[in-house]
Amino acid sequence: MNSFKLGYISGVILLAALAAAGTGALVLTAVGASPLATYVTIFTGPFKDMFGFTEILVRAVPLILVALGIAISFRSGIINIGAEGQMLMGILAATATALYLPAGLPHLVLLPLVLIAGAAGGGLWASIAGLLRARLGVNEILSTVMLNYIAAQFYTFLLRGPMIDPGELETGSGTPQSMRLPHSAWLGRLVPGTRLHMGLVLALVLAAAVYFLLWRTTWGFRLRAAGAEAKAARYAGISVERSLVTAMALSGAFAGLAGAVEVTGVHHRAIENISSGYGFAGIVVALFGALHPAGIVPAAVFFGLLLVGADMTQRSAGVPANMILVLQGVIILAIVSAKMYLNNAYAQERVRRFFARRPALEPTQPGGKS
Amino acid sequence: MNSGGMLYNILSLGVPFSVALLLASLGEMFNQRAGVFNLGCEGIMCMGAFLAFLPPYFLKAGAWAPYGNLLGFAAAMAAGVLLGLLFALVTVTFRADQGIAGIGLQMFGWGVAGTLFRHYIGGVTGVPGLSAWAIPGLSRIPFLGGILFNHNPMVYLAFLMVPASWYLLFKTPWGLKVRSVGTAPRAADSMGINVNRVRYQALMLGGAMAGLGGAYLSLCQARMFADDLVAGRGFIAVALVYFGRWSPLGIMGGALLFSLAQTLQLSIQVGGIKFPYEFAVMLPYVLVILVLSLARKARMRGPSQLGIPFNREMRY
Repeated sequence: MNSFKLGYISGVILLAALAAAGTGALVLTAVGASPLATYVTIFTGPFKDMFGFTEILVRAVPLILVALGIAISFRSGIINIGAEGQMLMGILAATATALYLPAGLPHLVLLPLVLIAGAAGGGLWASIAGLLRARLGVNEILSTVMLNYIAAQFYTFLLRGPMIDPGELETGSGTPQSMRLPHSAWLGRLVPGTRLHMGLVLALVLAAAVYFLLWRTTWGFRLRAAGAEAKAARYAGISVERSLVTAMALSGAFAGLAGAVEVTGVHHRAIENISSGYGFAGIVVALFGALHPAGIVPAAVFFGLLLVGADMTQRSAGVPANMILVLQGVIILAIVSAKMYLNNAYAQERVRRFFARRPALEPTQPGGKS
Repeated sequence: MNSGGMLYNILSLGVPFSVALLLASLGEMFNQRAGVFNLGCEGIMCMGAFLAFLPPYFLKAGAWAPYGNLLGFAAAMAAGVLLGLLFALVTVTFRADQGIAGIGLQMFGWGVAGTLFRHYIGGVTGVPGLSAWAIPGLSRIPFLGGILFNHNPMVYLAFLMVPASWYLLFKTPWGLKVRSVGTAPRAADSMGINVNRVRYQALMLGGAMAGLGGAYLSLCQARMFADDLVAGRGFIAVALVYFGRWSPLGIMGGALLFSLAQTLQLSIQVGGIKFPYEFAVMLPYVLVILVLSLARKARMRGPSQLGIPFNREMRY
């Protein structure tokens, strides 16, 4: 890679980052907050103590899992926007398994069962959209968005009705939440006194597994081939339809697992607003991480920081929490725009010519610039 | 309640309920006919609903108060045009992936509306909104008069937009340009049509109409604003374009079908039939999935270059 290409790439990334931060700053100014102070709080506030730091990783765990699933689906040519709903379905399946299996199962039996149930719940819910796309050509973006709304209603219905904690009915407070999970279904804590749990290890192991699966096996190659160029893949004998359904189910399974990990690791019961936008933030993380596990893990930590920091600004500077949606939105727009210029040799050549017309910017002697 | 009275109620409620969907969906039709798939419609509607709500809210009793609603509609349309321009910049000029960019625009519009709303207004507050204006004479027709001619002026305007959009799309030079850049951009380009400019124009028009649809929600339908007021109607509007096979009349049919299903469900609730509330709310979303599954063959009639950015400098 020559130095011009490096400069071009960093220039594009810098411009995209500036555009995103600038748009965010405009909105911040509109609500009377100082953009600089807010950004400083977001990016440094969480590091002030151990709790804030572990909280970043707590948020990163579901983000890694959701983003891994989204990366699988995007790489396979099917766009999964339904992680939010798949997470909820995973939470329901995991909670039901933990609560309604006979009591007294040992930790090492119950916990894996609960996590698998969560993955199955999310995977089955997602495969609806996968099947509709493969069999009937239904646009998967629209169907997954609709499935999100349906899942959200179904979740509230179960929490308010059949799955509500009987204790809530006795005391009459009626908070829509399930019973507390038995201890044997809890994920262990990594750092005592914080909320950081074993889910982090699971997420990192699965990140490695996804890399291996997609880039080191024939099966993964088939998925990626179907996503990269469906016609060529079909000509090579790959069943594109089957690969779409598989990718979507797998993607949903990761989202469902994220939900199960969140319920067994953090909240220990199904509550309202438990997914708290991870399903959408996961899309941003996946794109930010270039749809690759090695990029997704750091991207998830970065967005974990953003989420914790945004919470802090809400408390300290009174910036509404919806601000995180604004940032996520502009980051998506900036990433998809920048992406079109990063690997565009033609645009790069035009930029090079533009600068070549100005001799002042070029090294005058060979070796004038090391 | 006798069945005639119930039918009357469902129909007379269903017609105004369809307006927000109808406006946004007609706008999305122009986007898609020009070859751009704008999922950000939802975000534009959120911004439209919020900005339309502001002038009447702040001008409560001032000298300008009578113009509050008008200013609101204008602000919503202006915001729609601006967001349409932003989307055009990203998807037409930068040629970014339209589906993902649309989700980005949705989050952006939803987030900005919610942030500003929480900061400046805080809680749910009502606005007087637009009152019904019965068309003299026509509204006295028994049965039909109340269903069709006893609504707020925006309802009449929205239904007049159906033939107007049809005329614009099929009978004017601009409409021909829109359809050509959506199906054969390369041919349009060699005929001297600036493909990207037409797409920009279509996105601005679509944005203005989505903004107006959002404004209708906050000023005429709910008469208040909340973060989740739009609740997926922007996505439903996109789905209705498929259902209506990219024609104004089909879209009108789809919008009416949806709002009738919703009012039917409301009147079932009122009628005392026990049915979990959450399942009733699900109904329109389930309907969208069913409609999309049944509209399989429709895709053949759609703009063939839908979702594909035009690159004038590439020849293949």
